[in-house]
Amino acid sequence: MSDSTVREEPELIQLLTPDGEYVPHPDYPFEPATAQVRDLYRDLVLVRRLDAEAVALQRQGELGLWASLLGQEAAQIGSARALEPQDMAFPSYREHGVAWCRGVRPRDLLAMFRGVTNGGWDPYEHNFHLYTIVIGSQTLHATGYAMGVQRDGALGEDGTAVITYFGDGATSQGDTNEAFNYAAVNNAPVVFFCQNNQWAISEPNDRQSKAPIYQRAAGFGFPGIRVDGNDVFACLAVTRKALQHAREGQGPTLIEAFTYRMGAHTTSDDPTRYRTSAEIEEWRRKDPIARLRAYLVREGKADDGFFDAVEAEAEKLGEQVRAECRALPDPAPLDIFREVYAEPHRELDRQRAEFADYLASFEGAEGAAR
Amino acid sequence: MTHQGIQQFVLPDVGEGLTEAEILTWHVQPGDQVDVNQVICEIETAKAVVELPSPFAGRVEALLVEAGETVPVGTPIIAVDTGGAAGEPRPEPAPAAAPAEPPAEEKREPVLVGYGVKSGATKRRARRRTPSAVPAQTVGQRTVVLAKPPVRKLAKDLGVDLRTVVPSGPNGVITRDDVRRHAEQNQPQPSAPRVPEPAAPAPAASPAPERDVREERIPVKGVLKHMAAAMVDSAFTAPHVTEFLQVDVTKTVKVVQKLRQRPEFADVKVSPLLLVARALLIAVRRHPRINASWDEANQEVVVKHYVNLGIAAATDRGLVVPNIKDADRLPLPDLARALTDLTEKARAGQTAPADLTGGTITITNIGVFGIDGGTPILNRGEAAILALGQIRDMPWVHKGKIKIRKVTTLSLSFDHRLVDGELGSKVLRDVATILEDPEEMVLAWG
Repeated sequence: MSDSTVREEPELIQLLTPDGEYVPHPDYPFEPATAQVRDLYRDLVLVRRLDAEAVALQRQGELGLWASLLGQEAAQIGSARALEPQDMAFPSYREHGVAWCRGVRPRDLLAMFRGVTNGGWDPYEHNFHLYTIVIGSQTLHATGYAMGVQRDGALGEDGTAVITYFGDGATSQGDTNEAFNYAAVNNAPVVFFCQNNQWAISEPNDRQSKAPIYQRAAGFGFPGIRVDGNDVFACLAVTRKALQHAREGQGPTLIEAFTYRMGAHTTSDDPTRYRTSAEIEEWRRKDPIARLRAYLVREGKADDGFFDAVEAEAEKLGEQVRAECRALPDPAPLDIFREVYAEPHRELDRQRAEFADYLASFEGAEGAAR
Repeated sequence: MTHQGIQQFVLPDVGEGLTEAEILTWHVQPGDQVDVNQVICEIETAKAVVELPSPFAGRVEALLVEAGETVPVGTPIIAVDTGGAAGEPRPEPAPAAAPAEPPAEEKREPVLVGYGVKSGATKRRARRRTPSAVPAQTVGQRTVVLAKPPVRKLAKDLGVDLRTVVPSGPNGVITRDDVRRHAEQNQPQPSAPRVPEPAAPAPAASPAPERDVREERIPVKGVLKHMAAAMVDSAFTAPHVTEFLQVDVTKTVKVVQKLRQRPEFADVKVSPLLLVARALLIAVRRHPRINASWDEANQEVVVKHYVNLGIAAATDRGLVVPNIKDADRLPLPDLARALTDLTEKARAGQTAPADLTGGTITITNIGVFGIDGGTPILNRGEAAILALGQIRDMPWVHKGKIKIRKVTTLSLSFDHRLVDGELGSKVLRDVATILEDPEEMVLAWG
């Protein structure tokens, strides 16, 4: 169908071409040191393997749901490896790669999708907030946290920056636009990292937003950049610069990582109903791992021995994740009464007692509920 | 569950609250070796077609469900001989997900969010305190029945009077199971809407159907089920009137041939259907009230100022009516492309769900079956449907002489609640006039 509006294809920051060629960019300095590049490759492969195992576990009835990150590894690993330990990240629910970089154990991620915990990890242990299922609300949490950092006077060259992750669908939410506005007027040290994976479940990007997402920042009064989300170098360099910008008190940045969700929205979704295989094929050629591998080979920075070792490590990770997932214990029925309120109170005690009574009313239930 | 290293894989709920799935194809056969995560079969649920990976490594002992069968979540579907040590040691307590051996009657009830509710969950163990075995009606003066809306719906469907049901839920709440039990116990009574068994010798009333080769029983599901429901709803809600008109479309056929030569139409299919669609869109523009629907709840006629043009398509799976959104705004080449896309997608079974809803008026091309006319049933919620018959050479009076001309029949059904005979006739006459002289079309479109 024809659309009279010409949608300009904007400039995309790219340091690594799909063929694996490194092209330096004057505004985003990046030194691809061998050890670092090899580490990035390892991250990408391991996270993809973790993701694949989780999808399989869901199909085998071990998880209730899983949101696959397939295709978005570079956006997540690149941006997360730009974080300093003191930085705080506010994810959505697909940020398994960011969680990985922040040291969250895979089994803690899986526990949530298995329905045996409501959270899964201590946000302050990893400076990685809990997954947020409500679309876009974490952008407000991040902005508020960033304003707190500002008020604590924790800015400066070694200060704290905040990053929040969301998808293209979240840019249609009021919360996200409110966060943009608040962050802008308060000059909050927050980086808005949007993974534009082209599809908000089954709604294509061009039906959600008339203008390219990164251009929206200009209207709120802060810079917006579009980066090749399948290019781990570019994601790292661009995010590092934006974080530094925030850290030093210069305010927010919107990064639109232009990428693609190769899998389903979640395991409950069937993407073949709304998108074509030609489109997927086009993005397969831009695969983030293939291009980094091509770079490593082209530059002679890694050999088959290295690739095989990473592959073997990935297999081991898959098996470990599987075993750990199946061994996750069910919570005791009364645990919930300990985990909602910080302090006990009478009404809660009454409810717990009533529920304990109910559980005890079953035959052969002696002590089973504790 | 484990007999000398034989493990069974039970059908999981792969989509948050699904209750059943159909096994589409098996990728393994008994005797095959399988690895962990190797795809063993494809299943289709209400939401999606998905591949199931094996949770075990070993040799396939048996396929427990045949391809084509629909089974409830929790049914064992495959047995794999993991050869004891060779298999995946399964840590004993994994009760959160698929239970190793579900009780026969266990099934999940669909809920709006989450993974569904196991109706069997509270039946695992008997309660010590038996619920008061008193129907609700004896409690107090007025009848107070405690039951959730889905249970009330179930009771209504089964013809059960909730006031006579003994509740077993907490605080005297009537559960689904109570209603079912009640219905079963009271089955022979005519209170339930059932056809009484004939008292006389029941000759072949219900012989084992699978043995009777003279009849075949096709389960009503999927597209067929949808078609049946939509047709019954439409046919018995909207009073249908159908009008017919024979039209000389010789000029239209010539225009179609000319358009095919033009570069704008190089890569799309141009057929008389395209011009019929355009003619109908023009008629809608002149008579907006034909593009409307009846809002029973609000007692209003809703006139649509956009046209989502439905095209009935016969597919392998049955009738589907995808529509072209905002068809009235499309230039002719775009309309042609949209028509081509829509039919190709429908044939390939790839019609997006969004394309099947929101239609405002429909064309059905019965000419492709070699038929002249008919009385099409309205697509649910629409006020008119136009059937295009076959185009054939007929003797026709043309400029005072009998000539061989290309002639077709148009049949227009409309909902007489909101479209009167005058409006319906004008629309049909307009479409015909445009097709008789397609220059009209050029002028009309402006």
